[in-house]
Amino acid sequence: MPQKNGRAWSPVRTGYVTMDGVVRGEKLGGEVSKVDASFKLRANVPEGRKRFSINQSLLPRRNSLSTKAIPMKNLPILLGVLVLMALAGCGKSSEPSVKIGLNTELTGEMPAVGASSQNAAKLFVDQLNAAGGVKVGEITLPINLVIGDNGAKADQAAAVAQRLITQDEVVAMIGPNASVCAIPASDIAEAAKCVMISPWSTNPKTTLDPNTGKPKDYVFRACFTDTFQAQVLAKFTLNNLKAKTAAVLYDSSSEAPNAQAALFKETFEKDGGQIVSFETYTNGDKDFSAQLTKIKSTNPDMIFLPAYYNDVPLMAQQARSLGITAQFVGSDAWSSPEIIKLGGAAIEGSYFCNHYSTQIATPIAQKFMADYKAKYGQEPDDVAALTYDAFGLLVEAITDAGNLDRQAIRDALAKIPKYDGITGTMQFQPGSGDPIKSAVILQIKDGEFVWVANAQP
Amino acid sequence: MLDDVLYLAQQTINALQQGSIYALIALGYTMVYGVLTMINFAHGDLFMLGAFACMLLAGVLTPVLVVFPPLLSFIVILLLVMIIIGVLGASIERVAYRPLRNAPRVSAIITALGCGLLIQSLTLVIFPYSKSMPSLFTNTTFQLFKMPNPDAEGASVTLTITALQIVIICVSLILMVALDFLIRKTRYGMAMRAISFDSRTVPLMGIPVDRIISMTFLIGAGLGGAAGMLYALAYPVIAPSMGILVGWKAFIAAVVGGIGNIRGAVLGGFILGAVEVLAVVVFDSSYRDLISYSLLLLILIFKPYGLLGQAPNQKV
Amino acid sequence: MSAFLSQLARNRWILPALVVIGFAIAILAHYQPIFSGYTQIILITIGINIILCVSLNLVNGYMGEFSVGHAGFMSLGAYTSAVFTTKWLPDIPMLFPVAVIFGGVMAAIIGFLLALLSFKTRGDYLAIITLAFLMIVKSSWENISYVGGPAGLLGVDKYTTLPWTFFWVVVTMFVIRNLVYSKFGRAIIAIREDEIAANAMGVRVREAKILAFVVSSFFGGVAGALYSHLNFINPKYFDIMKSTEILVMVYLGGISSLGGSILGAVVFTFLFYQLENLGLGYWRMVILSSLLILLMLFRPRGIMGMKELAWFLPKLELKERRQS
Repeated sequence: MPQKNGRAWSPVRTGYVTMDGVVRGEKLGGEVSKVDASFKLRANVPEGRKRFSINQSLLPRRNSLSTKAIPMKNLPILLGVLVLMALAGCGKSSEPSVKIGLNTELTGEMPAVGASSQNAAKLFVDQLNAAGGVKVGEITLPINLVIGDNGAKADQAAAVAQRLITQDEVVAMIGPNASVCAIPASDIAEAAKCVMISPWSTNPKTTLDPNTGKPKDYVFRACFTDTFQAQVLAKFTLNNLKAKTAAVLYDSSSEAPNAQAALFKETFEKDGGQIVSFETYTNGDKDFSAQLTKIKSTNPDMIFLPAYYNDVPLMAQQARSLGITAQFVGSDAWSSPEIIKLGGAAIEGSYFCNHYSTQIATPIAQKFMADYKAKYGQEPDDVAALTYDAFGLLVEAITDAGNLDRQAIRDALAKIPKYDGITGTMQFQPGSGDPIKSAVILQIKDGEFVWVANAQP
Repeated sequence: MLDDVLYLAQQTINALQQGSIYALIALGYTMVYGVLTMINFAHGDLFMLGAFACMLLAGVLTPVLVVFPPLLSFIVILLLVMIIIGVLGASIERVAYRPLRNAPRVSAIITALGCGLLIQSLTLVIFPYSKSMPSLFTNTTFQLFKMPNPDAEGASVTLTITALQIVIICVSLILMVALDFLIRKTRYGMAMRAISFDSRTVPLMGIPVDRIISMTFLIGAGLGGAAGMLYALAYPVIAPSMGILVGWKAFIAAVVGGIGNIRGAVLGGFILGAVEVLAVVVFDSSYRDLISYSLLLLILIFKPYGLLGQAPNQKV
Repeated sequence: MSAFLSQLARNRWILPALVVIGFAIAILAHYQPIFSGYTQIILITIGINIILCVSLNLVNGYMGEFSVGHAGFMSLGAYTSAVFTTKWLPDIPMLFPVAVIFGGVMAAIIGFLLALLSFKTRGDYLAIITLAFLMIVKSSWENISYVGGPAGLLGVDKYTTLPWTFFWVVVTMFVIRNLVYSKFGRAIIAIREDEIAANAMGVRVREAKILAFVVSSFFGGVAGALYSHLNFINPKYFDIMKSTEILVMVYLGGISSLGGSILGAVVFTFLFYQLENLGLGYWRMVILSSLLILLMLFRPRGIMGMKELAWFLPKLELKERRQS
């Protein structure tokens, strides 16, 4: 008689369930007439709970295909924590004050720039608030500084600008410093009709409308532009350094070095020099040996390196290792003292253009330097000085306007006849956000920035 | 004509230097993948820690080591860095990866990403600014060949190699040969190969799997740390964000060579170094990434499992 | 509590009602200032992240691949739609949905190519191919000066609003949810479980892969198009870190779970912005990465694991899951 045994097991951890069954059929007179079936259910649990284990860590411990219902007990806790966090960030002070936003590079690839800017901003605000505040019409209000970190990234700068202008509702925004951040942030400020003063951004595009090429209404800067800087550097290298041939190595993926390199080349060639090598690298590159080898084979008198303080030391050291003896010349992006710590002997004797020098300080500048050093223990660099001046310009505009209306502040700022700042006297040309300022040439000598020459516009 | 040859020779030396560093990092990826079939995304950040560890050790130990010849102090610091980063890598494995050995592979990968991010952000908290790496020995430039340049007057085309480049290439080669010896000729290496072949039967043979995996991580992370130190000596400005891009590139190199294969990793590293340098030589440097990744993609299209890799056998 | 929720889950009209209410709130918020400008931006960002998350979940979760190239599709959609509205047909706000679809289609074309590449490789090798693709796309944008090169594209009008974002989120969820619980969805899940067995059982593996990649990249492109009309774009933004963020969101919420993707996107975006507002500086990433590691150690499949929000499940599926 055919016997069928069926066995089935379910993947239960602790054992097996066996179903034994027997189906019997009896043939009576040629047909199966009687069927008898019996089943037994047996639970078969091995002794103890120990399983045959070779190595615990290799065997699967849990059933991997569970599709049970959602355990709801954890979810409310999670949501509760999130709601608490949302509320924590919502506290706003309701005292009347003048809110000024600072959009700066506190994290990212140039934290020294952000730190200088923040230090100068805090110094200015603390000094002014200690003296009572800013005079708005009849009343004097303290300044409330709202700081946003743009991480030296363009999209983050735009987002911080948006937040400062629409959420925190600042009367004006100071910063960003790096041109790569300042240009998108200025777009936002212009669209929102909010005054923006960039202390350090030298790229001409910051104050120019990208579609029409005309100057923006609400965006100003406290420094000179790259057009002027390129002229200064070209003239200096041709006349003072007596260089006839030059090479340029610049970051083609960054806004500021791109513009500076192009403008330098244009001015240098116009004044009779010859650019023998125009090499590029990409942001984040550490190895410049390929480009430097190309430059070396053209034997230039000087090499223009418009890079930020992080990258210049590598370029200089690699160039010297390869045997290049040309003079290095840099832009205002070199201005952080960090460059001396990172660069050492390789950049000794190099020249660069800057906004002010601690060695030819006017009385106003000397007071600022003394205050800064007393508070932060180091000498202020140009970013700090320019930020201080930017705040000064803004406060003067607010006082002139007499109220906190953004349009009124903008008009007052454009009309300031003459502002004596730490970095020189400033005045905005009608219809432009770029002040007319002079520059200085500094040299790195004995591990310090030494003043060499002034350059008037 | 000869100056072009010299130029290419100079770039070849650069490519060898770049390639050996990439190869060392790729070896770390490959070893871990071989035993655990897991991509250790924290490896790039271990590389970065190697650079920082070297900077700190050099700062601390300089008064002690200044009496010794520079090469000896270099070797001492290198060994110390390898041990420290190796121990760190093994402890990451113990804490973060071992509990996830039976979880789906992707959770282990995401944990690795998280570990890498954690290491990077902790380092950023401690060192927010870029740091300068002290040089451990005088980097003399040796002029191998010199001839006047026909194109520019007064200039000469030279073939130079620096002491640092020689050290980097030699140290990398020694480490690679030592690793190859370890994998092929020692019992530990045999155990590692066995685990990568069939990880479930290995414990039946009495091999302590956990211990071997820890050792793999130790060696892999140690190599990554050594690579970090050499990289920092070559490019003396170090920042906590330097590990990510180099890590991902070395990972691509490891896969192009055939992941899980030690010799493949070395081959992949050198190919990547060569491609990167040659791309800048021939084209504009802004096209470098485009060309190197396109080439790597092409290699993978024609050899989907890497140059020296084998398609995994799938049991149906 | 759970009894109330299962009662709620049985009511199939809840989800459409929520959609209508959401639309109403979104349109109201656009014309009345009930949310501040910044809150609106956060909500729009959450919407964009939901679209990214859900579209990546289709390939990474349901199909079991490991694609790290999603930021590349996002950048394709972003740039092509931005060029469409800025240079080809400027100043016509009515054409915004056309621009978004255009961006999605461009991304889908490249996704089709990637799908072809995926026939030969799987697993980690496909991860490398997607990574290489991402780097190539990023490097291409940096070298094309027509789209601004490394400086990015300036002057893009800000067309993305809360109603539009909500609309696209609803469209994405509708399409992908229906795709997943259909014949094609079964095919995609079968490929994840065992590709060769699925092929042997008659599943059209190639078509399913192409469909998954194309749909996923289309919506990635849509999200990119929405982003480019919200904030400034430059090639540096669409790099491996962005792709990693999207990956983390997907695995945080739950692989192959649509409700999980939404949850992951919301939680991650929220934490990301709120931690920054608390002014923590570098500690923000320390906290985020530690939370990620802890989550992976204790819930390796994400917060929701492979479980699905009951409203997304078809009736039969819901019944099946309850019984098992």
